[in-house]
Amino acid sequence: MAEPRVVLSAKGLCKDFRGFRAVNDVSIDIREGTIHALIGPNGAGKTTVFNLLSGFLVPSAGDIVYRGRHITRMDPALIARLGIVRSFQISSIFPHLSVLDNVKVALQSKTELPKRFWVSESTTSRFDARALELLEAVGLTPYAYGLAVHLSYGRKRALELAISMALDPTVLLLDEPMAGMGAEDVEGMTELVRRFAKGRTVLLVEHNLSVVSALSDRITVLQRGSVLTEGTYEEVRSDPRVIDAYLGGQQD
Amino acid sequence: MLSSGQANPSGKADYLGLGLLILGLALPWILYPVLATNIIVWALFAVGFNLLLGYTGLLSFGHAMFFGGASYITGIVILHAHLPTPLALLVGVAFSVVLAYIVGVLSIRTQGIYFAMITLAIAQVVYFAVTVFIGWTGGENGLQGVPRGTFFGIPLENDRMMYYAWLLIAIIVVAFVKRVIHSPFGQVLKAIRENEQRARSLGYNVDHYKLMAFILSAAVSGLAGGMLVVHQHFTVMDSVDWRTSGEVVMMTLLGGMGTVYGPVIGAAFYLLLSDRLAVLVNAPGVVIGSIFVLTILLFRRGIVGEIIGRLDARRARGSQEA
Repeated sequence: MAEPRVVLSAKGLCKDFRGFRAVNDVSIDIREGTIHALIGPNGAGKTTVFNLLSGFLVPSAGDIVYRGRHITRMDPALIARLGIVRSFQISSIFPHLSVLDNVKVALQSKTELPKRFWVSESTTSRFDARALELLEAVGLTPYAYGLAVHLSYGRKRALELAISMALDPTVLLLDEPMAGMGAEDVEGMTELVRRFAKGRTVLLVEHNLSVVSALSDRITVLQRGSVLTEGTYEEVRSDPRVIDAYLGGQQD
Repeated sequence: MLSSGQANPSGKADYLGLGLLILGLALPWILYPVLATNIIVWALFAVGFNLLLGYTGLLSFGHAMFFGGASYITGIVILHAHLPTPLALLVGVAFSVVLAYIVGVLSIRTQGIYFAMITLAIAQVVYFAVTVFIGWTGGENGLQGVPRGTFFGIPLENDRMMYYAWLLIAIIVVAFVKRVIHSPFGQVLKAIRENEQRARSLGYNVDHYKLMAFILSAAVSGLAGGMLVVHQHFTVMDSVDWRTSGEVVMMTLLGGMGTVYGPVIGAAFYLLLSDRLAVLVNAPGVVIGSIFVLTILLFRRGIVGEIIGRLDARRARGSQEA
């Protein structure tokens, strides 16, 4: 089978923080329609790579290409508009908006509507159906009209995923979607990610290796800011350097 | 089961708004009309300010430049250009909009305390401009002898007529602000207030929305400033002083920022208190300050915010049990 084409590609990414090199010469090719996982011990630079790819940090060196377009120094809002949508490690929602409005704000962002401060609230009702559909998909229908702040932790994460999905992303960047979740929630979330990944490209940062093995087509292992190895789960798992990095470098 | 109108906040009857409207109609028969008009003017200023602080999460500490600045401009065009009152008010608003655009472009990218400091600094420049152009502003003496004129046929020299004309403007503007708050644009503002990073990650040009909110807020504040000079017949340097910028913060917090009517109630509460205390004690500022501190400590969300918060919490408990 021919490999699918590369949709998002980073070459020689570096990021320095006051003399400390958090990311060192990272190159990564993410292929269309795959779930690509980024793993590594704490402090390996996973979240930094994530922030570079989504434009929230500007790289010190290197280049990022998305569908043939250089997006290296582009504003994060613009990158999102191009179809690369990210989630955050800490559940990043709008706590004092209703659960439904959390999703509607995301749905609106693709239209010209939010620029018009004089139009009435009822103009947003056209997004209700799609928003409720997304909430249904993540199991939040009963909470749609309550404030998001009242949701439990696991449900906040589900809402966060629904917000990202509202943008109908081409590339979905998920930063530890299972972080802090109990075992039963992890299972549900894994299923959700699998479902939402259909027809999309996903880059997943995740600690939980069973989730990674269940979901990913390809895995890049980072260690101390550099790429240690890349391959399928089986290839990566048997790589002695990976075993060493995980067992020797940290205890989890 | 889930129709779109259900539990829709603006779909509910607006009891608080209705109550305030009735109170507003009766006010000049309860208080002396000049005080009542003052409440309207400051309430409008606080409503404009709240659009920025309560709904966008930006604390400007220089809003006196719009309120006071527009009060001078409105007064000057009435005195020197003999503009009819409604037109003069619009000139004041236009001044605020232009000033807000310039200040906004310079300051909107800064965060938190830096934004407060930049707006304060620029407001001080406006203050000094008032002291420098004495020929136009009257300097320490203030701009005096501004005639009220008429407002679409309503003779404003009658204090109660004056009050009702300004009440009418206030009702229209508050209704407009309420519409803005609930518009798709307002939803984005709240999203920025709640989580700026996330709003950006959804593709929103956050700076653009903040700038628009800043300009709208300044426009309402400028209108209030114009209404101040017309109803007082004068304006003085107090109106552009940093204390005025502080007072509007206090009013908004007392009433409850991020609520539609909180600033109205906060302004009324503040002015009534100042009015009563002025005859009772020597240093009313100390008492008001203490009350302010106590209110914020006890009711962090302000008067209206606290009421809404408790009702919401009760409803949330109710729906969880159901």
